[in-house]
Amino acid sequence: MDTALTQCVMSFNRPDDKTLLVSIAGDFRTGNELPSSGEVENQIRSEPGIRELTFETEGLTGWDSRLLTFLIKINELCTQNNIHINREGLPQGVQRLLALASAVPENKEARREAVQSSVVSKTGETTIGFWHSFIETVDFVGDAFLSFMRLLRGKARYRPSELFVIIQDCGAKAFPIVSLISLLVGLILAFIGAIQLKMFGAQIYIADLVGIGMVRVMGAIMTGIIMAGRTGAAFAAQLGTMQVNEEIDALKTMGISPMEFLVVPRMLALTLMMPLLCLYADLMGILGGMLVGVGMMDLTVMEYFMETKKAVTLVHVWIGLFHSVVFGVLVSLAGCLRGMQCGRSASSVGEAGTSAVVTGIVSIIVATAVITFICQVLGI
Amino acid sequence: MNEAKPHIKVEDLTMAYGDFVVQRDISFTVNRGDIFIIMGGSGCGKSTLLRHLIGLQSPAAGCVLYEGRSFWDAQKDEKESIKRSFGVLFQSGALWSSMTLAENVMLPLQEYTDLPLKQIKEIVSLKLSLVGLAGFEEYYPSELSGGMKKRAGLARAMALDPEILFFDEPSSGLDPISSKLMDDLIRELRDSLGATVVIVTHELASILSVGDNSVYLDTESRTMIASGDPKRLLADSKDPKVHRFLTRGADDIKDGEVL
Ligand SMILES: Nc1ncnc2c1ncn2[C@@H]1O[C@H](COP(=O)(O)OP(=O)(O)OP(=O)(O)O)[C@@H](O)[C@H]1O
Ligand SMILES: [Mg+2]
Repeated sequence: MDTALTQCVMSFNRPDDKTLLVSIAGDFRTGNELPSSGEVENQIRSEPGIRELTFETEGLTGWDSRLLTFLIKINELCTQNNIHINREGLPQGVQRLLALASAVPENKEARREAVQSSVVSKTGETTIGFWHSFIETVDFVGDAFLSFMRLLRGKARYRPSELFVIIQDCGAKAFPIVSLISLLVGLILAFIGAIQLKMFGAQIYIADLVGIGMVRVMGAIMTGIIMAGRTGAAFAAQLGTMQVNEEIDALKTMGISPMEFLVVPRMLALTLMMPLLCLYADLMGILGGMLVGVGMMDLTVMEYFMETKKAVTLVHVWIGLFHSVVFGVLVSLAGCLRGMQCGRSASSVGEAGTSAVVTGIVSIIVATAVITFICQVLGI
Repeated sequence: MNEAKPHIKVEDLTMAYGDFVVQRDISFTVNRGDIFIIMGGSGCGKSTLLRHLIGLQSPAAGCVLYEGRSFWDAQKDEKESIKRSFGVLFQSGALWSSMTLAENVMLPLQEYTDLPLKQIKEIVSLKLSLVGLAGFEEYYPSELSGGMKKRAGLARAMALDPEILFFDEPSSGLDPISSKLMDDLIRELRDSLGATVVIVTHELASILSVGDNSVYLDTESRTMIASGDPKRLLADSKDPKVHRFLTRGADDIKDGEVL
């Protein structure tokens, strides 16, 4: 490769008063300074008598697709101005590629215009899209519920071995990250409380704050969010990839419902594992609180333990577990829904993963608000 | 060939994705025991037509009948029984990636038969050896080449000895010899099982050697423009597009080998 840029020059000649001879010399390749079709246009405009265009390319040392696009533009220009174009002076390869490019006519029906729609129609389309996706979601949830019922009656078709793999994946393998996050959340809660409570000499109530906070909601919310990011996204990506590879179509044509075969085991696994993870997260959170209480507030381990035991009642535990079961259902539904809705390209798998996480987290927060409100009304 | 009994009948089928009509007004009949070829240029809607034939997409208009029964109007049980008579090889193989080859072939057998595991395993190794994959039982799809996936997909498609086999480009990605073997296998399947075979393919050699009947879908006019025995089409089709397709455009393009 020679790196020195050779200039490319274009010049015009008039062999007779009906013909314009375009001479191109030098290296007509991307990266060089190239003549533009505008120059040819100016020539044609300024001298109206031209009826034919010919080329001379003796001095052309190299060319690539830029020359072709340049020539195609000139071709269009000549057709508009009724000028005959004579390609004989062009290199053989260029002539053939040009013939090839114009051999297959454009498929008119296939062409899509990038439509500029008005605000009104955009709003309309978005609303309709929203409605459709709502219907789709309801449809999916209903279908999932029915398949779940079939599972309970022992009629669903799924592979137990796969269920165990999923259980292991969203149960045991999530332990390290759940431990870390809930320990830190317990610590943070204790810290925030400690500063305030110390002013009243009421440090001992850190145990109440952390205990009730973790057990009642925070443990469940934190595991929910971790699982949305970890497992919900994984579900969406797995099902999305299967959608792209036509694996789900293959299941359908065999008469195996992807709902029973893929979605239900995932829902079951996560819904079973969430309460366990949540209990574990509660313990880790309390441990985190204890670290702060014992380490910084001069409480003894026993004091902290007794205060926690006094504060946390069974009702709190049940409410926390209820949260976690609901989150398990929501996160697995969101993951599977986005996976099944996935389009047929690799990029849509990524989008499915992202939107599974977003849907999962949003529904966790909304569900928490609803449950908290209900508990308030019921007075528990 | 035995007397022609219609197996699949397509009537005035129009296929569309939303507003985009892929093909309109397609009608043809696939006779029992025939090898039926769907041909046409790339992107003309062959895979889409196949998806309609196997009940994955519902027609925008018209219908598909299996021995007189319409799939989309059928009850759930009848749908299942129609589907059970299908064996499908997808364009990409579509093996279930979380399962080994043996499990892939086994799944339909486990779902639909009460055979003991030992016999199922025997059938599985038989099917895998038919497609030249004996010994690969414990491999995962990700450990196979594209052509091997295709052959494994074929083994899965014939697991239940189906009445109708659908193939989306069975020989793309295969070397000439395996591709010839694939043709022989398809013909063998038809002759031994009496199965009806529907193949989407570009492979001229296969079209002319195995095809009993065919349709040609056109990209520009978005409808079918020819049907019949491909050998006959080659000999006396008046339509220049069909002729060009079946002769690889031999007498059409002057300078340079295109296509
Ligand atoms: N999911 C989809 N949504 C919208 N349009 C689609 C979709 N899938 C395919 N199409 C369009 O439908 C047409 C037919 O596609 P199809 O996959 O059936 O072609 P084909 O004949 O199988 O081509 P090939 O021989 O290359 O496999 C194409 O023009 C394509 O743009
Ligand atoms: Mg295709």
